[in-house]
Amino acid sequence: MEILEKIAAQLQQGEEEEVAALTQRAIDAQIEPKQILDQGLIGGMNVVGELFRDHEIFLPEVLLAAKAMHAGLDRLKPLLEAADVPSRGKVILGTVQGDLHDIGKNLVGIMLRGAGFEVIDLGNDVSPERFVQAAKENDAAVIGMSALLTTTMPVMKQVITLLTEAGLGSRVRTIIGGAPVSGDFAQQIGADAYAYDGANAVEQIKALTV
Amino acid sequence: MRPKLRLLADDLITRILDEAREILSTLGVEIHNDAVVTLLGDHGAQVDREAGRVRIPGTLVDRALESAPSGFRLYDALGQETHDLSGDRVYFTPGSAAINLLDPESGEMRRPTTADYIRFVKLVTALPHVASQSTAFIPADVPERISDSYRLYLSLRHGVKPVVTGAFTIEAFEVMKDLQVAVRGSGEALAEKPLTVFSCCPTAPLKWSDVTSQNLLDCAAYGIPVEYISMPLSGFMAPVTLVGTLVQHTAETLSGLVISQLAQPGAPALYGGSPAIFDVRYETTPMGAVETQMIDCAYAEIGKHLGLPTQAYIGLSDAKQLDAQAGIESAMGATLATLAGINNISGPGMLDFESCQSLEKLVVDNEICGMLLRLAEGIVPRDDFPARPLFEEMLREGHMLIAKHSRTHLRSEHYFPGATIDRAQRSRWQDEGARTLRQRAHGEVERLIAADTGPVLAAETLRALEDLMVAEARRHGLERLPAEEN
Ligand code: B12
Repeated sequence: MEILEKIAAQLQQGEEEEVAALTQRAIDAQIEPKQILDQGLIGGMNVVGELFRDHEIFLPEVLLAAKAMHAGLDRLKPLLEAADVPSRGKVILGTVQGDLHDIGKNLVGIMLRGAGFEVIDLGNDVSPERFVQAAKENDAAVIGMSALLTTTMPVMKQVITLLTEAGLGSRVRTIIGGAPVSGDFAQQIGADAYAYDGANAVEQIKALTV
Repeated sequence: MRPKLRLLADDLITRILDEAREILSTLGVEIHNDAVVTLLGDHGAQVDREAGRVRIPGTLVDRALESAPSGFRLYDALGQETHDLSGDRVYFTPGSAAINLLDPESGEMRRPTTADYIRFVKLVTALPHVASQSTAFIPADVPERISDSYRLYLSLRHGVKPVVTGAFTIEAFEVMKDLQVAVRGSGEALAEKPLTVFSCCPTAPLKWSDVTSQNLLDCAAYGIPVEYISMPLSGFMAPVTLVGTLVQHTAETLSGLVISQLAQPGAPALYGGSPAIFDVRYETTPMGAVETQMIDCAYAEIGKHLGLPTQAYIGLSDAKQLDAQAGIESAMGATLATLAGINNISGPGMLDFESCQSLEKLVVDNEICGMLLRLAEGIVPRDDFPARPLFEEMLREGHMLIAKHSRTHLRSEHYFPGATIDRAQRSRWQDEGARTLRQRAHGEVERLIAADTGPVLAAETLRALEDLMVAEARRHGLERLPAEEN
């Protein structure tokens, strides 16, 4: 559909107002909200993701596109909720206890929001109890943990243990990131995934939540 | 003349300082430590408890600049002076706190162990152009909670050079201080002859965490020197321009200086940092980028303008192997830093954005440092004038090989690199196995470590160190320390 292609194209340009207006026009034209979301907004964001990976565009353009997507999403949200279209799922994000490095975690949050996830950011120095509590309270699909210090890596394992003890082990997926952790470490502690950067985090979490 | 790099015009330095002071006095810094906030408030800073911000007036900055020393010295574990951190003197320190070690056998990065750490310490002892140790990486065979103090313990036990280090927690400071006191004999002796420098990092933008600002207070109380490691990331957690980044670095570093000087006027400190540009393609913080290195040298110029000794994380590489990129980035950074006269140049051995140490790379970097120390000496006449007698002698003898002038000046005028740097004729190089840089460096690593003659401290000092570390380990559930076989 032409208008959905236009939404996707404007989104790639980071045209916030254009995307909002076009989304409204699509709604007014009685196009299915789910279709506007998938083919217009998310379709556009997927292209942005690929261009970023190939270095055709840089991070600032991705973030502008994400902002434009949210402008469209704001129009769409009430309709999606009314039609009971499940959202992409909630992601609890935080830097683990004892660790104050939050730059990478923040960037992951920005990228996830850009990709349409609802992100609940608990900040840094987050205790295992708070991770699990937040997952419970928000009925979250994913817990994302960040650690930049070797000293704080063990906290990730504690979160996973606590999650299992709370009986959420099968419902809430876990993903970890940060300079000292790796795919191997994720496996060792029973995390479901590891991502090396924000774009990769989006891909991995998409795979975890299908 | 000492060769010198200048990147900032005088009026630009003044303007950057003015802007930074303006930011400190209007926006202030966010400080997550009550003792530090109270200290600043008691001395006239404006405390906004609700917003958690402290506005630091220019008068406090001026006072700090007045009481801050223009330099200080470091002494090795035996009490010998090794560093005079002042003026344009440069000293090299291995990059610190790496997560991984590049394994020379497999070529892969892996978690290091106690045995690796001891090998590293012995290597540093043997390298002539690396003046200090650093707590270079984290041995993975002890509980994470003691990994900071344990590194210092191993450095003091097996090495001799002063140590650039840092605490990961507030609690770790205590034992890290006690270890040093054990070496010196008393707290006063330690304050008189500093043995370590603690890295203390503000958080970009304009923030001090509980841990790192408490570390400032604790170090000041014991006369332990610190280096402020401000890390603005241009374009992400700092303005994208180099000047904007410098304003932020200046404000963050001056706020640290104010805290230290209020805690203890005269507290020794290096005007340091580890800024980087942010690479918006890979989401990384390249230390090998020329702009990163320009920011380093430029803030050092500002530090010097303020009359303070300086430090930078420069002369390291983002490469994942000991390859040509590792050489390019390390040599470029170290050269610029030397020309900028940065007093403590932290970086040698480091790869992968400050996350991986390599013993082989350290040996290569030691040669870079050797060449640069020569560069820093510059070109000066040495019995060269009048020149005619020298040339008369050459014409008479046919060469200068055994002339007195040559014999007197050969070893100071020409720097002779170790076996890592290949200067052999091709045939000789082939005859000797056509070894690559990595193989040559590895050979040097093994040779130098094998030649180590063991701990230098007195037996009772070694025992005191061990007692302290064992007690600390036990507090964290480790009954005995890992075996130190190697
Ligand atoms: C910037 C920085 C700081 C800043 C942090 C500011 C902040 N608000 O976060 C400051 C100056 C405050 C700081 C402080 C310290 N730091 Co620091 N720091 C760094 C540095 C240089 C860069 C980190 C960074 O922000 N990178 C840019 C971001 C974008 O990348 P990233 O964090 O890797 O995140 C990406 C991926 O990892 C991934 N990711 C990250 N999190 C997550 C989470 C999920 C769920 C997913 C899917 C993906 C993901 O995606 C992100 C986006 O691409 C690293 C060096 C390094 N190699 O990482 C050292 C480093 C991590 N720090 C180190 C140290 C030692 C410290 C201090 C202890 C120093 C001290 N003594 O004061 C303190 C720690 C205080 C504490 N308790 O936390 C060491 C760690 C050593 C170790 N073995 O543990 C490092 C490796 C540097 C070094 N060699 O010394 N640091």
